[in-house]
Amino acid sequence: MGVGRRVALTVVAVAGLAGCGVQDPQPTGIHDPYEGVNRGVHAFNKGFDTVVFKAPPGKPRTIDNAFVRSVSNAGSNLGLPGKVVNSILQGRPAPAMMNTFRFLVNTTVGIGGLFDPAGTAMNLPEQDTDFGETLAVWGVHEGDYVELPLFGPSTARDAVGRVVDIAMNPLGGLQGTAATAATATRIAGKAADRKIHGDVIESVLYDSADSYSQSRLMYLQNRRYHLAGQETKNDANTWDPYTDPAQ
Amino acid sequence: MPIPGIPTLTRRSDAGLSLGLGRGLTRRGVIGLGLAGAAALAIPAPSFAMTDDDARALIDKAIADVNGAIESGKTGPALYAVFEQIFTKYADVPTIARSALGTASRQATPAQMNQFTTAFRGYVARKYGSRFREFIGAKFEVQDAEPVKSFYEVTTTAFLRGRNPFNVVWQVSDKSGRPLFFNIIIEGVNMLAAERTEIGAMLDQQQGDIDGLIRSVQAAG
Repeated sequence: MGVGRRVALTVVAVAGLAGCGVQDPQPTGIHDPYEGVNRGVHAFNKGFDTVVFKAPPGKPRTIDNAFVRSVSNAGSNLGLPGKVVNSILQGRPAPAMMNTFRFLVNTTVGIGGLFDPAGTAMNLPEQDTDFGETLAVWGVHEGDYVELPLFGPSTARDAVGRVVDIAMNPLGGLQGTAATAATATRIAGKAADRKIHGDVIESVLYDSADSYSQSRLMYLQNRRYHLAGQETKNDANTWDPYTDPAQ
Repeated sequence: MPIPGIPTLTRRSDAGLSLGLGRGLTRRGVIGLGLAGAAALAIPAPSFAMTDDDARALIDKAIADVNGAIESGKTGPALYAVFEQIFTKYADVPTIARSALGTASRQATPAQMNQFTTAFRGYVARKYGSRFREFIGAKFEVQDAEPVKSFYEVTTTAFLRGRNPFNVVWQVSDKSGRPLFFNIIIEGVNMLAAERTEIGAMLDQQQGDIDGLIRSVQAAG
């Protein structure tokens, strides 16, 4: 990706942030003013998933074997440099160091990331993060819920984060065939992840009475939990069904 | 860069969800046999103060039963049947079902509530039994039990080889008369909230008809 294009993407992203606002670090509830549009996008995503990924009737939804794992590993491995940058931007040296070490080990001993010796033998699983989290650490408000084409459930803040992650990807320095190979590997890795988690994903998408509401709820709860970190609990969001069971 | 439709839920720290349904009984049985138990039976439900240990013991037992079911080698419907027994034994199913039904439970007749509760129990066992197959085999470690609002939260960590450990919180109450769990929260994803949304959507599809809902729940999962 050329420098000019990177700058342009960053400008777009920063402009988008204006819609997020700064405050309210502990969001609750569901703010979905674009639900109509979002449901349209959801229908598109579900259609795409049906055509590309959905297991045929009678076939297992989850496919998890050595080959699929290797593809997934290679894709995630290429995502690590970006995560390191984000951890540094968040002022969190520990996950930055763990992911750096993980990247070095898996790229060399793990043969270009196909294997995961860091995770299996050295107890160094991936420390997941992204620029959406960096923005949250910086105090940017979650913003409205949005469902993005192909990327799925997100929020205004996390959508901006996605754009920045693409723009600042340290692998963006690669040129020509190497750049194409890196992008292809990352996409293949995501496809492999989709199949590895097939049971859960297809259960939500195809077995729910309202898959849009289910994925929105699960995304927001899980995302907020992740961003809140270990020190915060979800107690504020919890209700007591014995106080008013029908509430 | 896809994974359309559903997001990072499953990737997020590889958390995922494992609704291993479990629960432990026991302690109240012991108490129930004593004189205090006899006295308590005369008084309405919320009898003894439950302790951290009671809540923890319940979840320990529940987890042991889930692991036992998985190690039995059963699969499919046979395994779901065992999950349903475990769910019945350790969870406050009537309260979970009523909460999932939400305000509509005020309109339901007692007979409808019974039917719905029975249908819901089977639905939960089937749904979570199959949805979280990939998490079968996770080893749970109880971290901590503490009072929250009027109930207890038992925090456990689930370990699965090659993944980040994930956090599962069990909410336990003795308001039914004995300690039972009424909610499971996996990496922030709240089962009771998910089922309120889902049952609400099913009820909408039936235009608010509770008998229609009961048939949908019997068929779902």
